[in-house]
Formats: sequence, structure tokens, C-alpha cells
Amino acid sequence: MKLEIDNILINDIRLSDETKIEKGVLYVNPAELRAQLLEDPHIRDVAIDIARPGESVRIIPVKDVIEPRVKIEGPGGVFPGMVSKVTTVGSGITRVLKGAAVVTAGRVAGFQEGIIDMAGVGAAYTPFSQTCNLVLDFSPAEGLSAHEYERSLRMAGLKAAAALGEAGKDAEPDEVVVYESLDLMEGAKQFPDLPRVGYVLMLQSQGLLHDTYVYGVDMKQSLTTLLHPTEAMDGAIVSGNCVSACDKNTTYHHQNNPVIQDLFEAHGKTLNFAAMILTNENVYLADKERSSDWAAKLAEYLALDGLIITQEGFGNPDTDLVMNCRKIEATGIPTVLITNEYAGRDGTSQSLADADPAADAVISAGNANQLVTLPKMDKIIGSQAYVDRLAGGFADNVLADGSIVVELQAVTGSTNELGFGCLSAR
Amino acid sequence: MNKLKVVHYINQFYAGIGGEDKADYMPELREGAIGPGTAFAAGYGEQAEITHTIVCGDSYFNEHTEEAVKTILAIIHLCKPDLFLAGPAFNAGRYGVACATICDAVRQVYDIPVLTGMYKENPGADMYKDMLLITATGGSAASMREAIAKMIPLSLKLARGDAIGASAEEGYLPNGVRVNFFEKERGSKRAVDMLLKKMAGKDFETEYPMPDYDRVPPNPAVIDLSKAKIALVTSGGIVPKGNPDHIESSSASKYGEYSIEGLRGLSADTHETAHGGYDPLYANQDANRVLPVDIMREFEAQGLIGKLHNTYYATVGNGTAVKSAKAYAAEFSQKLRADGVEAVILTST
Repeated sequence: MKLEIDNILINDIRLSDETKIEKGVLYVNPAELRAQLLEDPHIRDVAIDIARPGESVRIIPVKDVIEPRVKIEGPGGVFPGMVSKVTTVGSGITRVLKGAAVVTAGRVAGFQEGIIDMAGVGAAYTPFSQTCNLVLDFSPAEGLSAHEYERSLRMAGLKAAAALGEAGKDAEPDEVVVYESLDLMEGAKQFPDLPRVGYVLMLQSQGLLHDTYVYGVDMKQSLTTLLHPTEAMDGAIVSGNCVSACDKNTTYHHQNNPVIQDLFEAHGKTLNFAAMILTNENVYLADKERSSDWAAKLAEYLALDGLIITQEGFGNPDTDLVMNCRKIEATGIPTVLITNEYAGRDGTSQSLADADPAADAVISAGNANQLVTLPKMDKIIGSQAYVDRLAGGFADNVLADGSIVVELQAVTGSTNELGFGCLSAR
Repeated sequence: MNKLKVVHYINQFYAGIGGEDKADYMPELREGAIGPGTAFAAGYGEQAEITHTIVCGDSYFNEHTEEAVKTILAIIHLCKPDLFLAGPAFNAGRYGVACATICDAVRQVYDIPVLTGMYKENPGADMYKDMLLITATGGSAASMREAIAKMIPLSLKLARGDAIGASAEEGYLPNGVRVNFFEKERGSKRAVDMLLKKMAGKDFETEYPMPDYDRVPPNPAVIDLSKAKIALVTSGGIVPKGNPDHIESSSASKYGEYSIEGLRGLSADTHETAHGGYDPLYANQDANRVLPVDIMREFEAQGLIGKLHNTYYATVGNGTAVKSAKAYAAEFSQKLRADGVEAVILTST
């Protein structure tokens, strides 16, 4: 399966009376976009704003981040099973508005979370301080249940990203990257001497407000399964996860999964990127046992020589991570895990809720409990009213000078367990 | 800036006095830098000066530790350095133990910044790495230059009270304190590189060594439930409505102690969850789903259990460090015991 990614480099977003791309600037017609989003009766209102790298702007609370894209050749459309029909994606040509992102914000369902600072100390911890963000600050309709609201917010972000992506149809790409995943037989034939490497992507699926969707299917209802890496890169996986800003995988992370990118980078040189296994992180023990059994079984069935396993979230999913590792290692296949740590504010606690001697190769994405002081920003998009109740916040955490103190947990993408960033701990 | 005053501790071998035959050499104070100290002095340049060197035989130190420490502390009292250096000892066992022991003593008694260096398998490292910063060195003096190059910047930071980065950045032996820092490569790339090494059977270093996991064996069964006083404890965040103690939705800094005296059960009017790691809707509708007061009261009325303890303890498990959770439980377990509770039903989420 061969996917061509055409990047149109976006260096600014401006509001305009027409949605278009000109000389690296994405112009957005807010009235048109707003009307489109308000077609959903669950959304009472949406304020549209822009946050650019380096500006003294804080976006809070953040739900999801999505990269605007459009499919211009090949089967399927953007976000299959959600926005487009469920047709298999991962081949043909997809245009990406690289450097732009849609950020959904406003009061989110359940507990509040997610901070993106575009400048200051916080900016170093979130990758979305580097993107030009079109921020959608939503207000829900009255009397909506948390779950209905979550769904509406999730869909609105995807719809907005798809709508902006359309502007890519008439623009010229600045760079072209081609990714190709071979079928198992062809891969073995082309690279007989390279180790066959797989990737186990664990998706958050603990239940309402903690879900991930694959081609529109709620992942907690799926058995562990296989996917072409290019499908994952082409919008097959979207986030419905509202919990733990630092280590949840936003839709943007799924679209730009760094493990897939780096395995493709090494593919044909030092390894053969043979397969990708998708598994879940359900709450019931029977589900955990079954899913990890299947991950190990598929790894063995595909005759893999090594696997990278990435986690989403923390605590309960630590057990899924350790089970996957232990069972895959028991088949004789070496693994490397990517996780983050909850070592306490002073860094002296045990970092994970589970452990096993088989997990002898671990990449750390940093200690999420570490405190960080975020300076006062000139402008707040959304509301800072919940800052003491964010996951990672605590009582009286607003200082006299207007700066706020939070655990890194509150910063979107700060300890991402796909290895998206450079933060680590020792 | 004034030159920092440094006192350096070395053994008889590095002082050029002799080998094993001179290992019973008693502590001695010399002016200026000697042996490896000259390389430190060159590296410090104008920033610091090795004013004195203390020489002591390895056998003497290890066989007369108390006297040796006492003598050296007396010397330190006279010299009043800004920084105390020892070694590096590489994989020399008795030298390593001496360096670490004297560093720890100087740190404790005078609160002077200290630094030593040694190989990770040196017994001195094993004994002291969680108490002191110890620069990780190679196994032999062949790595002297490299060791000193790491010790100089770290020792200056310590002497000046600057923030110390993670072990991987500063080159000290991991000491159990996890410190964040930015790596040069992103995590995914590091994972690919580590996997290639692991598959090829080459050496690699995990970024998080797995701890020995603390598994707790369950207590023996309660023999007669109908006479037992039973308490409820939860990490599911059930608190009186309004969360009076402001227990955090994640990474709880405390636990709550709440009365359920006279309550036949919990309700949406009286209780809610503070936990931010699961969908709070169903717990907020009916908190008995997480903290089963209603069913316990029924059991109490039917005589299935002796009594439901009228106080329950609650915290939020979400993102809470294991060490914190352990500390809370250690404290309220004593209260439960003092109140004559014989068994606890522990609910999570």
C-alpha cells in the first residue's frame, strides 16, 4: 500500500471572507465554518479564534487537536467512518496543511483538561505551540449529557479539519513524501536479511470519555487487529479521549504517528517494517488478558523479530503495557516500550502502576507529576476558570502575579507516549 | 567571582606514595593539588582552586573508618572549602567506599557540596548512590580524563547551588530520583534505535529500569463476618458533595476522612467523585456504585456483618504516585486499627 503525503506548508492563519490558501497563508471564512458547525443542534455556539507560535496566548481547556487534510487521489476520504464513508484509506495522495491545526476547546465533558501555551515555559512542552491553530471554543446546548456533548465536540473538530483541508485542493504542495508498506511476502522477498519489525499501537479504550475510534469503530469493541501503517497515517484512527492531556494521543498525534514515521525512515536500511498491530486498553481483566494474548499471538504469527509497543494514558493501562510486553517477550520476540512516568512531584516514587523484569527496554517520555510554572498570558482562549480542577491542577494554583502552577500532566502532549517529543526522565 | 576553594581526597596510590604496601598510610594534609588533582585544577582554571589535598591509605580508611573520618573532618573544619572532591575511584573497591563514606560525612556534618566519581559496580556506589551524587566513570584509570571532564562542570554546579539536571545529562549514577530533561532525539527515534540494538544482541540502556514491584499478599480470611467491624476505603475519589478537602482530580496530595454515621446509603445530593481518570457520570448519579455504603448497611441490618465502620477514607488513585498512596494508607491503616476495624473493603474505580 503506497501513500503519497503532499505537504502544503502553512505559516499563518487569517480570518477572511473566503477559505483558501495563498502563499503559505490559510485564510478561513469564519461565518461559513461557524454555520457548518452549528448545524449540530447540540452545539449552542462556537467562537473562532487563532493562536500563532510565539504569541502570548493560552488555550484552555483543550480537547482535541486535528490536522486539516484532503484526499485528492485514491480510495476513501478524510476520517473514514467518521466524516467520510468507511472506505479503506492509506493509498493514493493526501494533501496536508502542514503547520496548521484545528484545536477544539471550551468546557469539555467530564473533568477539564489540556493547556496549550503559545509562548513562555509551557510552549516548550507542547508540540502545538509550533502550529498555527484555529481554535474552536464551543458552548454546548442546554441539557446535553456529557456523552452526547463529547460526541458533538469530537465530530465538530473533525468536520472543521475536513472543511479547512478542502482548501488544499487548489494549492500546490511544497514537499512530497511517499510511504509504502509492502505485503508480508513481498517484504520478506525484498529484505531477506533485515529484521522484521512490528509496531503494537495501544489505543485508549477504557470507556466513555476514554475512547478511540478506528474507521468509526469504538476500539473497546474490537479484538486486537492489524492495520497498514499508511492507513493510520491517513486518518483511520481518531481520538475520543478526554482524559489526561499530557499522555493522550490527539487525532493529530495519530495522523503524524512518530513511531510509524521513524520505522518507515529505517525501513529497507536497518529493518523491515513488516506489520502494525492495533490493540486496546479495556478495563476488564478478561479483556486485558484476551487483547494481550492476541497481540502476542499476532506478533508470533507474523514471524516478527522485534516490536515497539506504545501506551496511551497511565495507571490502569500500565497493566496492559506490561501484559503485552511480558507475553510478547515470552514468545522470544524482543520489545521496546514507550511510556511516561508518574514518579511524584519530587521524582522519588515508582513510576508505573505495574512492572515486570521482561520490560528491560523502556523509553521514558518524562515524569508527568513534575510541577511547572506557566507565566501569565496576555490572552486566554477558552476559560481559565477550571485551572485548579484540571488533571494536573490543584487548589490555589494561581499565583499573585497571574502565573499558574500545574503538574506537566495538564499540558497537552507534554509526555506523549508515541515518543512525539524529546522530553524524558532519568 | 571569587575562586571557589576545593579540598580533594585521594588515596596513597594516586598520591604517588605507593601501592598495596603503603595502603595503611594515615590521613595527611598537603597543600595544593596532587596527582589527579592537577588535572582538576587545570580544568577549573580561574573558577576554582584546589587549596589542599588529603591523602589516606585505602586499608587505613577501611580498617579504621571511625578514626579516619574524624581526622579528615577535623581537617575540613580548618580548611573550610566551598567544595569537597574525592577520587575518582573507578572500580577500586576500598578506594570507592572510602571516597563515598568521607563525602557523605562531609556533606552531613558541614553541609558542604561534595562529589566523587566511580564505576557503577564499585561497592561504594552501591552503598551511597541514593545519598550522594556520584559521577559515573569507566572501570579503570584509563578513563581518568573523561571522568574529570564530567566531574568538573557538575562539581561547579553543586558548589554554586545551580539546578542539577537529570543523571543522563550530568553524568552521575542514577540515584532513584527521576528528573525531566529534553533528549536530542524524539522518543520514537530512540525506541527504534534501542530495538535495533536489542535485536542485534548489543548493549543498550533502558531509560526506566523496572523496580522490584511491591506485591502485597492478602490477609487471611475473616473467620466470622457476623462479628467483624468492616470499613470502606476507596481510591475512586468518593467525597462529600463539593469536595470539601479539595482532593485533586489527579495526583492527589491528600486523602479524606469522612463520616457515614446515620447514612443508609450515598446519594447524588450527598456525595460525588473527585476522580478525574474515569467517566464521573455514573459515580455522581449514585456514589454507592464506587463506595457501596447502601449494600453494607443492608448486610449490617441482616447481621451478615457485625458493623460497618462509620468513617471511610478516600483518595484519588488517578495519576497519584505509588509512594504517596503508600504513605496515605500507612497513616489511615493505623487509625482503622485503633478503631477496632478487622477488615477493609478496598474499592477502586
